[in-house]
Order: sequence, then structure tokens, then C-alpha cells
Amino acid sequence: MTYTTPIATGHEGTVRDQFTGYLQRLRGGDMGALPAVLALVALAALFSALSPFFLTTGNIANLFVQASELMVLAFALVFVLLLAEIDLSAGVTAGSGMAVFQVLFSNLGWNWVAALIIALATGAFIGAFIGFFVSRIGVPSFVVTLGLFLGLQGFMLLLLGDGGIYRLEQAELKAIMNSNMPVWAGWGMLVIVVAGSLILSLYDRRRRTKVGLPTRPFIMLVIKVGTLAVIGGLVVGLLSVNRGQGMLAIEGVPIVLPIVLLILVIGTFVLDRTLFGRYIYAVGGNPEAARRAGIKVAQIRLYAFIICSSLAVVSGLLHASRIGSIESTAGRSIVLSGVAAAVVGGVSLFGGRGRLAYAAIGALVISIIDNGLGLIGLPAGANFLITGGVLVAAATVDALSRRRSGVSLTRA
Amino acid sequence: MAIPLIELSSVTKSFGPVDVLKGVNFKVEEGKVTALVGDNGAGKSTLIKGLSGVQPYDGGTVTFRGEEVHIRSPRQASAMGIEVVYQDLALCENLDIVQNMFLGREELNAGTLDEASMEFAAQKALQSLSVRTVKSVRQKVSSLSGGQRQTVAIARSVLRNAKMVILDEPTAALGVAQTEQVLNLVRRLADNGIAVVIISHNLADVFEVADNISVLYLGQMVAHIDAKKTTRDEVVAYITGSKTPEGVA
Repeated sequence: MTYTTPIATGHEGTVRDQFTGYLQRLRGGDMGALPAVLALVALAALFSALSPFFLTTGNIANLFVQASELMVLAFALVFVLLLAEIDLSAGVTAGSGMAVFQVLFSNLGWNWVAALIIALATGAFIGAFIGFFVSRIGVPSFVVTLGLFLGLQGFMLLLLGDGGIYRLEQAELKAIMNSNMPVWAGWGMLVIVVAGSLILSLYDRRRRTKVGLPTRPFIMLVIKVGTLAVIGGLVVGLLSVNRGQGMLAIEGVPIVLPIVLLILVIGTFVLDRTLFGRYIYAVGGNPEAARRAGIKVAQIRLYAFIICSSLAVVSGLLHASRIGSIESTAGRSIVLSGVAAAVVGGVSLFGGRGRLAYAAIGALVISIIDNGLGLIGLPAGANFLITGGVLVAAATVDALSRRRSGVSLTRA
Repeated sequence: MAIPLIELSSVTKSFGPVDVLKGVNFKVEEGKVTALVGDNGAGKSTLIKGLSGVQPYDGGTVTFRGEEVHIRSPRQASAMGIEVVYQDLALCENLDIVQNMFLGREELNAGTLDEASMEFAAQKALQSLSVRTVKSVRQKVSSLSGGQRQTVAIARSVLRNAKMVILDEPTAALGVAQTEQVLNLVRRLADNGIAVVIISHNLADVFEVADNISVLYLGQMVAHIDAKKTTRDEVVAYITGSKTPEGVA
């Protein structure tokens, strides 16, 4: 009893059909990062109209550097947000990792690479601690991480002393946020990214053809990779122009950019193409269904918290590199911006929905607000008010689109 | 007559002092739909949990194609080809149909998810059940209706090469048209040679789809009858206990 007309896969039809399908998904509440992208464009237009400095190459480079530490923190949080959990201690975890680094490197005279590895391991340990309480004992992550938010502040104070601020001495680490790659390396990076995307798309396409599945029109693949090449080319092009004010030429892609890109690519690969990634989405969508399917839910939660806290330390490193010092009060306020970045980008607070790329766009939105308001000289108070408003607006969009995406049979 | 796929004889199960199953005989044949009916508390769920390995029976024998087996865990039941579709379906709404059908049994290619072959297999499984109600196998489950979700949950068991599928109240939350779709699907499962057990309170559904009707009454199997040779009134009488067969107290 086999019917000859197979069920569609979403890959059939012309470009026009594909576009209609996309519009239908949008109307169904599956908006992804579209609101954030629109907000990004609107904000860029607004600030460039209000301030002549906004669209200068110097400021754009600055914006990417400022956004990068927030991006990495938001990437970290995506792993736990996808499980409908939260990590309020991610910021102070970042600070604690760097405090450990400081003690090992300066006070005990360790090699900086070894000290950095232990700093990352500290993050992993903190993540395992949170994960243990959340997944094995069943304490809500909100409470565990709120406790750690306070506890780790104390840990930093004890390690570095009251009001302790130490200069980051290692040149390699300071260079991450303050130096640029040679111009040719920036273009090389772009070529690798575009070529990689093209090869992966072609590979996926070939696998579909091999098992006899329909594929999207080839032109869509060209458009997709082409868009990446154009936007990437624009960014690398702008960053390759000399933005120095004085005698010294400042040009090239900031060193931090390929680092963030690498985390984005590896993280996206893990979430989209590995069992672990699939299980993160499954547990975030319906833990009971995941458990019945034989997924070790507690283990997935534990690993997600370990990844989150470890990546948080990387963001702490970027922060220390940018400001050039390690403080005993680091990371207290940034965590909410990290959550805001993820949610503004379209990562759901209810779990199961979101991608790292969304968080990256969200981080750009939050950073652009910060940067633009600074340029037009609004008081810091206005900055907090507006960023807070954007977060609430994004969470509202999240809740509404969730309501719209269909009546639930299994859970209200 | 052919050997039944599964045959239970005098299985018992107690929870403390309460005897829930008091020596139940039950058999399920391949290619047949067997309805398991009975009032609340008759022991339907306990009987099913024993078959699915969630709560093994205390006593009695279970034979699978004529050979005695002991089902002690869900994993073991699943390995034998026994799949249960629970009432709450256990689907992840944020995942699409293919991802749900393969949840926990994903196919890999070079260590990464083999989406192409999973999509192809899901498509084939749905086609083998003549499912035409879903638009695309890459639709998110959140966008599906109740009947479509039931379809996905049932198709998942087919994908796992089930020999026996137990459906717990598959039509309980559905409207008329969707109930019809699901019952057709149940019929096609059996036509594909699968032994189907359907638990339902809706006797209209039972008579529409079942070949055999087994009635549990207070932990005892009081009837195992051919659906064509009985009436609704007779089944109701067995369910409520106003009729008891000779030889069974």
C-alpha cells in the first residue's frame, strides 16, 4: 500500500514557493532573529542620523570589539536558555575565572597558558557544580545561580582582596581586544568562511540527492552563500580601511573577531549536527518526551551548564583584555545584558528555541544601543532604561510568538 | 490458528495488599486489532505496563511467538518490538516531525546527524501508512493538529519496526474527522501485519476498528470475543459486570 505522491519535505518547489513557505512560518510565530535584524537596521539608521561619528570606521571597529565579550557571554547562556534554565552567575563566573588566572599568573608565577587553562577549568568546575544541583538534586537553576552570584563575588574578593585591581600584563592577552590582524589575514578569514559555507551547503545537497530527496533550487544556495560573502566582505572591507587618527595606521580585523567566529561556528555545529545538540533542543522542548526516548536528561543538563560556565570565562578573558585589568568586582552587571542579548536575538526563555547566531545579532543590538547612546551624549540612566525596555519588549515578543505557534495538547 | 504474537496466561500483579491483576489470560495476534476495554480500575494500565516492561508482572507466563519470555524493562520490550503510544504522546513541539520520529535513535553519518537518510526513512514510514494529512515532514510539531500529532506518534513506532503497537486512548482528545483519520491509521497498522492493541473507552471507536475485544473486569479477563459476533450491549454488560461468562467467577 504505497502511494506514489510522497509527503513534502519543505525543499520542493521554486524560489517563489520557498519564499511563501518562509512567510507562512513567520506568520505562524516562528520569527527567528528577524525582529532583531530589523531592530539592528533601524537603530543603525537612527544613530547615524543623530551622530556623525556613528558610521565612522573607527566606531564600527569599536562596536565589534565592545560587542564581542557580550556575544561570547550570550553564546554561553544560549546553551542553558535552550534547556529553559538560566545562569545568573555567568558574569561573576567569568570574573572568578580571571581572578584564578591572576593569582596563578602573577602571584604564583605560572606560565600564562597554563594559568588560562586552569581559569577555564575553574569555569567548568563551577558549571559542574550548578549542573549537579540543578539536574541531580532538582534545585531551580535560578536559585542555585543566584546563590553563586553572591558567593562568587565573595570568592573574588577573598582571592584578590578588597578593591583589588590588577593590570593584565601578558601582551598576547591584551592584544586580543586591542590589536588587529594584518589586512590580508582578514580577507583570508573571509575566504575560509565563505568557502566553508559553500562546501558544507554543497555537501548537504549532495547527500539529499544521493538518498533521492528533493533539493531546494540551486539559486537559493547561491543567494545564501552570496549574502554571507557580501555582508562579510562589507565588514572586512570597512575594517581594512585605515582608521587611525594620527601618524600610526590602525587597520585590519580585530583579533577578537576570528575568535568569536570560531566559537560561533563550532557551537552551531554542535547544536545543529550532533546528537548532543539535538538532545539539548529535545530536553528544552519536552523533558518528559526526551526521557522516554531514552535521552539521559540529567547528563545533558550537566554538560550544558559546564559549557555555559566555561564559555563565560572566555568572555571574562575578553573583558579583561579590553579594559587591561582584572578586578575583584568584575562581571556583576554584564550577565543581564547577556541574557538580554540572547532574548533580543530571538532565543526563547521557555527553552527549545534559538540559535547562537541569534544571540550574536542580539548582542550587536544591545551593543549598538550602548554605543549610540554614548555618542549622542544621553546620560547613563537613559541607557539603562532603554536597554531594559528592549529586553522586556523582546521577552514579550517571545511569549506572544509562543502563544501563536499553536495550541498545545500536552502542556498548557 | 496461527500462534499469537504475545500470549499472557494467568499473569498476576499486586501492589501491596491490592491484587490488580488476578490471573489474566490475554493474547494478541499479528495483523489484528485487539481492543482492551474495561472500566476505570479494571487493570488495563497495569496489564499494559507489564507488556511494556515498565512494571513487570509478579506471576504467570508470557510467551512471544510461542516462546516464554520475561519482559523486565522498557528497553527489552522495545528490543522485542513492543511499542507503546501513550495518551500524552511525548512529542517535542519545538522539533519537526522527522526529529521527533527519530528522537533517541538518530542515525549518524561520520559522527554527525544524518538528516537526509532520516528524512527519507520518515517519509517512507508515513507513506507506508498512507498518511496524507501532514503537509511536510519538516513541519514543527507545534504547528500540527491533535490528530496529526497522534499520527506522528504512531508512525514513530512503525519506524522502529514495531511488531506490536499499544495505543492508549488514541482518540480521547480528538474531534470527529481526526478520530476517523486515526482509526484509519490503526487499521492500516494492522494491515501492515502489526499486532495492535487499542485501549479505549469509546465503544463506537472500538467496534469500528477492532477485530477482537478483550474485556477486563476487576483484574480478571471476563471476555475475549470476536468483534463481529458481539453487540455493544453485550460488551457493556461485561464491562459493568452484569454479565459473567461461565467458568470465570
